[in-house]
Amino acid sequence: MAATPGLAEAAGRAVAPVRPGPTTWELLTRPDRRRRAVDRAMRVVVTGAFAVAMVPLVSLVWIVVARGAERLSPYFLAVSMRGVHGGMDAGGIHHAIVGTLLVTGAAALVAVPVGVLAAVHLVEYGRGPLARAVTFFVDVMTGIPSIVAGLFAYALFALLLGPGVRMGAVGAVALAVLMIPVVVRSTEEMLRLVPHELREAALALGVPHWRMVVKVVLRTAAGGIVTGVMLAVARVVGETAPLLVTVGVVDSINRDLFEGRMMTLPVFIFRQYSQGLVPCRPDQLDCVPTVNLDRAWAAALVLVVLVLLLNLLARLVARRFAPAAGR
Amino acid sequence: MSAVAGRGAAQGVAGGATTTLRRTRRADLGGRAFRGLAVGSGALILAMLAAVAGFLLLEAAPALTASPAELAALSWMPDDGSLWRYVGPLAFGTVLAAVLALGLAVPVSVGIALFISHYAPRRLADVLGSLVDLLAAIPSVVYGLWGALWLAPRLQGPWAWLADHLGFVPLFAGPASTPPRVMATVGVVLAVMVLPIVTAVSREVFLATPRLHEEAALALGATRWEMVRMAVLPFGRSGVVSAAMLGLGRALGETMAVLMILGPGLTYSLALLQVGRHQTIAANVALQFPEANALGVSALIATGLVLFVITLAVNSAARWVVARRAVGGAR
Repeated sequence: MAATPGLAEAAGRAVAPVRPGPTTWELLTRPDRRRRAVDRAMRVVVTGAFAVAMVPLVSLVWIVVARGAERLSPYFLAVSMRGVHGGMDAGGIHHAIVGTLLVTGAAALVAVPVGVLAAVHLVEYGRGPLARAVTFFVDVMTGIPSIVAGLFAYALFALLLGPGVRMGAVGAVALAVLMIPVVVRSTEEMLRLVPHELREAALALGVPHWRMVVKVVLRTAAGGIVTGVMLAVARVVGETAPLLVTVGVVDSINRDLFEGRMMTLPVFIFRQYSQGLVPCRPDQLDCVPTVNLDRAWAAALVLVVLVLLLNLLARLVARRFAPAAGR
Repeated sequence: MSAVAGRGAAQGVAGGATTTLRRTRRADLGGRAFRGLAVGSGALILAMLAAVAGFLLLEAAPALTASPAELAALSWMPDDGSLWRYVGPLAFGTVLAAVLALGLAVPVSVGIALFISHYAPRRLADVLGSLVDLLAAIPSVVYGLWGALWLAPRLQGPWAWLADHLGFVPLFAGPASTPPRVMATVGVVLAVMVLPIVTAVSREVFLATPRLHEEAALALGATRWEMVRMAVLPFGRSGVVSAAMLGLGRALGETMAVLMILGPGLTYSLALLQVGRHQTIAANVALQFPEANALGVSALIATGLVLFVITLAVNSAARWVVARRAVGGAR
């Protein structure tokens, strides 16, 4: 394309050698101001984007720690909200912690076996229409909004037990629906990482296929599976909306998943927030106007610490088992 | 493909190696049981998804078939009792919030991802990467608390300024409400929420850029930005699109942050700075559900179905885009 003008230029230069082109040395050493300026500008833009984004994220962590630490105490963790009213300087989150552990635990109890076995099906037996359908619908399930999962669990139990049912088990079903696709995805990835030589070695020794899967494949991938499960738990432990519509709110400790409403940490935060400031009479001594918001911040700190601990633990497990998987 | 064939062959050898009949039969029993469990789990997932759609439809049926007069008896329904007139503004608000959040978050996320993957020193980049991953795990209710109590008061000034100086743009039509329990605030909080997710996925994609492409660009004398523009961004484009869609899916279904910040209203208004104009489907369900009667619950579940369909459409579109790009990239 540039051949003809290039030739003409060369010819022109040969006729009038007034302005010689830059020498190779000059070309290689001369700074290209415009390109360098663009490069500098983009470096500033990219670094600036990073700095701008860090402001809200750092402020979030800072404010949760600072405001949460004000009210957090062993007393706060040890008591429930039973009999606490108005601006009383009392009450805690024991009932919410119990509820969160029970509901999330029950959800994991359902979701982990189903998720891991479905992943085994996809990787070890997965040919044919069922496996394709499962892969597709697991993708679909990943996108279910959490409140829709809550509505589903409510609808399911409303049909079975009549309308208006609120109990821990309903929330556990909703959380399980949210957990299963995460568990399937991560387990599937881990199982696919197990080297085929290991499978073949086991089969060559005459081990039945299913024992090979249990003793070799699942064993080898155990670290990765545990990591995936913990990340899935960390994801659902902070879910609020599905629990708000299925488990409800209550002020006292309830340890029965199948009877009555339960409090959970995220819902507790929301409830305290929505109760807002307390109007105190001037002569009231035992009244803190901001007590509800203070409790919300402290519960948020507990929840964030719980989630981050789960994440860190998952990372540690992953790191500890990673060399074995790589070998 | 060949690995699967290899496994099949190995299985055949194993079958041959098992000599006694009893052993084979016993192994077969265990194998069949285990296989049954695995297949059953797969089928259970399918059944579960069918149940989600089925039960939601069943529970929504009373509202779908109820007469307008019955529906109009619900306090929060429009006067003519039309379910569609009720869902319309909600769906509009849902999409508006998600698009706003994504419009704010994606450019910044790409910037952060580039900073972590190609600008920051290696040591720092590892630390920053895991920091962003941890931020993605913070529950939405905590973001809501932060948005409502910390961020919203600080946004009052900027929103008032926007309404005063850019009020002629429909989006910023004034007067800016105080306190700013408005869509613009929700958009900012949702953007902060999806930021870590979009960043995490984009960073992975940018880090996966073939080293040779980058080195080739640098060897030709490209500056760092030119290298990014010529090698990293074209390679990562489909990844960024899928990351954005992931964020969109999350923003569409987000309940708590919206519920805690937004002053709700049911209109098709574009005025982001005015209170009582918008509401999203998810937040509306969470708001009305605890106090709703049987027909109200049914109507809310119907709106939940609409949300389900919207997210389904977005996710399918995302997958379609990614698949198309992947084919295009392979060419």
